[in-house]
Amino acid sequence: MSLSTKDIWFHDPEYSILKKTIVNNASSKQRNVSFPRLNPRWGREEETELFAQKVKLFRQGRLSEDEFRRFRLQHGAYGSRLQMNYSMVRIKIPSGEITPEQLEKIASLSEAFSIGSAHVSTRQNIQLHWVQLEDVSEVMRGLVEAGLTTREACGNTVRNVMCSHFAGVCPDEAFDATPYAKAIARFFIRNPMCQNLPRKFKINFACCSEHGLVRIADIGLIPAINDDVIGFKVYLGGGLGAASFLGHLLEEFTPASKLLQTSMAIIRLFDRHGNRENMARNRMRYLVHEMGWDKFKKMVIKERSIVEMTIADSTVKLYDTPAEEVRPLLNTAHTIKKLPILNEYVTIKSSAYERWLHTNVVPQKQEGYYTIFVTLGAGDITANQLRTLARAIRDLSAESTARNTPQQNFAIRHINESDLHEFYDRLASIGLANPGALTITSTVGCSGTTSCNLAITNSHRLAKEVQHRLLELGFDTEDSLRDSTIKISGCPNSCGQHEIATIGFFGGASRIGSAMAPTYTMLFGGSAGEQGQLGKAVMRVPAKRVIDIIEKIVEIYKRERSSNETFKEWINKIVNGEGTGSAKNIDYMKAMLNPVTQLASVEQDPDSYRDYGADIKFSAKTARGECAA
Amino acid sequence: MTKNIDNNHNYFQLSVICDAETLRSLIKKERVRVVDVRKAEDYAQEHIPTAVSLPLARLLANDTPSEIVDILEGLGISDRIPVVIYDDTFGALAARVAWTFQYVGHTNAALLEMTFSHWKKLGLETEKKINTFPREKHSVNIHHDIHADASYVEKAKEQSGRVLVDSRERLNFLTEHIPGAKNIPYTMVGSSNGNILRNSKEIKRFIENRGISSDSEVITYCGSVGTLSGLTYYALKLAGVDNVKLYSKSFREWKSLGKAKEEFRDANYWDLSAE
Repeated sequence: MSLSTKDIWFHDPEYSILKKTIVNNASSKQRNVSFPRLNPRWGREEETELFAQKVKLFRQGRLSEDEFRRFRLQHGAYGSRLQMNYSMVRIKIPSGEITPEQLEKIASLSEAFSIGSAHVSTRQNIQLHWVQLEDVSEVMRGLVEAGLTTREACGNTVRNVMCSHFAGVCPDEAFDATPYAKAIARFFIRNPMCQNLPRKFKINFACCSEHGLVRIADIGLIPAINDDVIGFKVYLGGGLGAASFLGHLLEEFTPASKLLQTSMAIIRLFDRHGNRENMARNRMRYLVHEMGWDKFKKMVIKERSIVEMTIADSTVKLYDTPAEEVRPLLNTAHTIKKLPILNEYVTIKSSAYERWLHTNVVPQKQEGYYTIFVTLGAGDITANQLRTLARAIRDLSAESTARNTPQQNFAIRHINESDLHEFYDRLASIGLANPGALTITSTVGCSGTTSCNLAITNSHRLAKEVQHRLLELGFDTEDSLRDSTIKISGCPNSCGQHEIATIGFFGGASRIGSAMAPTYTMLFGGSAGEQGQLGKAVMRVPAKRVIDIIEKIVEIYKRERSSNETFKEWINKIVNGEGTGSAKNIDYMKAMLNPVTQLASVEQDPDSYRDYGADIKFSAKTARGECAA
Repeated sequence: MTKNIDNNHNYFQLSVICDAETLRSLIKKERVRVVDVRKAEDYAQEHIPTAVSLPLARLLANDTPSEIVDILEGLGISDRIPVVIYDDTFGALAARVAWTFQYVGHTNAALLEMTFSHWKKLGLETEKKINTFPREKHSVNIHHDIHADASYVEKAKEQSGRVLVDSRERLNFLTEHIPGAKNIPYTMVGSSNGNILRNSKEIKRFIENRGISSDSEVITYCGSVGTLSGLTYYALKLAGVDNVKLYSKSFREWKSLGKAKEEFRDANYWDLSAE
């Protein structure tokens, strides 16, 4: 296979047409800016045919289960929970950037072949669940029509390349990393050098040191400018899982001109030295950990020199940032305008629109433009909601695209101030106008026992229940809770990113008295960004007490906090043993919270021993994970 | 108006689906009976020119062969006249009515290719006039080969070459279904471009992917009265499967008879829905 072919490297004329900007009565001096259409050609028709053929061969017994699994994962289809005739189809959304047409295509595919809802993952993928294996090729066919792909969304490959959803609009970014993220994604997809890595490989771009998951990726990159040279701060060897590590800084500054060579060097090293024997310890973070950071760093620098000396010009040409870089040049505002908030504060009694405006909208660095967040429940969205959203984006976003976020929401950028209310009305018309997207209420939950083989608990439903309850309590209106997060995984493997949450939970099973019950291990004090920390385990909580315990923690916070400290700051102090009053440290908190976790006997209170969404006795059922093929 | 209802004339023979142009030309020639199966009040508002009203509920309430033939005759439908049926429910109600007509022996019925909404969206003619036609004679000729009852379905499971197809949506299917059934949700054969069905090539590919060959005998069923599975019935016909049967009393009857079900309870898939 050649590295790539021209058709995916150049703008398709069809997609290079400049988009007409929206003109309405509200005048803005930046109204006349034209945004280029994206170049969305990620998918390939021949791969859909190939997939259909392989399914037939597998069904006829002419392809072994192992061979087929490897192929299937390479092409983005996971087996579903305890039901191998169904797949979860993972659609890669490089940089999270997705067009209205693509959203509409996903809507119709979800109706035709899935469950009528799509699911936004924590790594900017969009997943269609419970697709019959025989229909996966049909889903892929539809995706190709819309320029999307599932290629290398699973398996031992370079997974979806993430980029902060604020890239291009963040007031604190050095420059827009999106074209680099997409060029890197294009370079490595289908690239022979990463078709059979020891394990999956994740690359995350940030916009600034605050926004982005740079320290929990194999390669995390923060845009930086050094003496007028564009480049990145590169973090290596981070990642969440049963054992998690934060990434290490490779060097103070890596010029953008070395981005490709640096990335290639890292992947080559991982390919050569990564552990291919022990599936549980074959992510690059273990290699870094076992080798020691200093040694690994030296090897990367040396390997990069080798790449630089030996790389062919033709290879370099395949890494085509300019092709991705046709971006509009909007005037950057001198001062970032505050939100058009009618009142400084909102309360639970404020109008729904005000409440939404307060928690779902942020100003951009472009004067007069705002980014709107669409609150989903644990990332789920129906086909009809997707269609309404797509129309609103087409009509009201000057860049006419959406980005999906690792908080499992959508960010719609470049909305003119005068269009905010209309956007809200359109969302409200279809049940998408919940407030709280940027607050503690926007709870993350992986798919859990709704579809995953590895899950022990129904983290997905729990996340929705938590969100529902916290919105009911009006936690979204409390600014002191705003910078905190709650993230829930259904097992220790961290797809719900529980270790970077202010309060995180991961699912397990515990014997309580005479019965088994679904429980969650609660962690405190995790955070994302360049200064990110991993959460510290506090205690186990029965699934049906998780909501109570969150409410209790907030109650203690409100009682014990000193002056203006936010919930997040307060939790961090407890984790560091520097808390005040009766909440000095984790042990003090445990003692206060312990009564909430107590259950009556299973005979007296059987419901507390059942998981969410289940009316039967709990038992921890799992099957082989498919992450590593 | 009676001049076209004449068995001595050669009538146009419809296939499974009738396109809008064909229907319009047949209407102009007054050589078609158009049947609107929406609610009576929707019909009264507006309908396709010359259409008569037959709400699905009326048909279901009178579903013995003699009652159905009585309905046909009352609508002025003779043995050979083309009958084109439409609804505004993505074709499922129309399909159930068309199948019923076919079952009692009307061999020239087709589904309009699109819903009434789409017909309107295209700006095609409508009228408000309540149409009635003189009563006609229709013979009774039951087509047992397109119908399956519970005991037939139960026996079919053990016979190779017979395929049971469940037309309900995926989550309902996963929850419980007739043992051995394959799931082809009605949403899969439906089209998103205003037509009620996808093109035959696509549907053909879908069923081939599932290993269903066009010479299999396929029995379709759905949740209650055979509407969704009626649509699947015609989708399969369109795709070239000749031997299709409808289990018209469907899963509702199957359950009430206490027959065996396949259930899948190891995953909380309902919680993935954003509904």
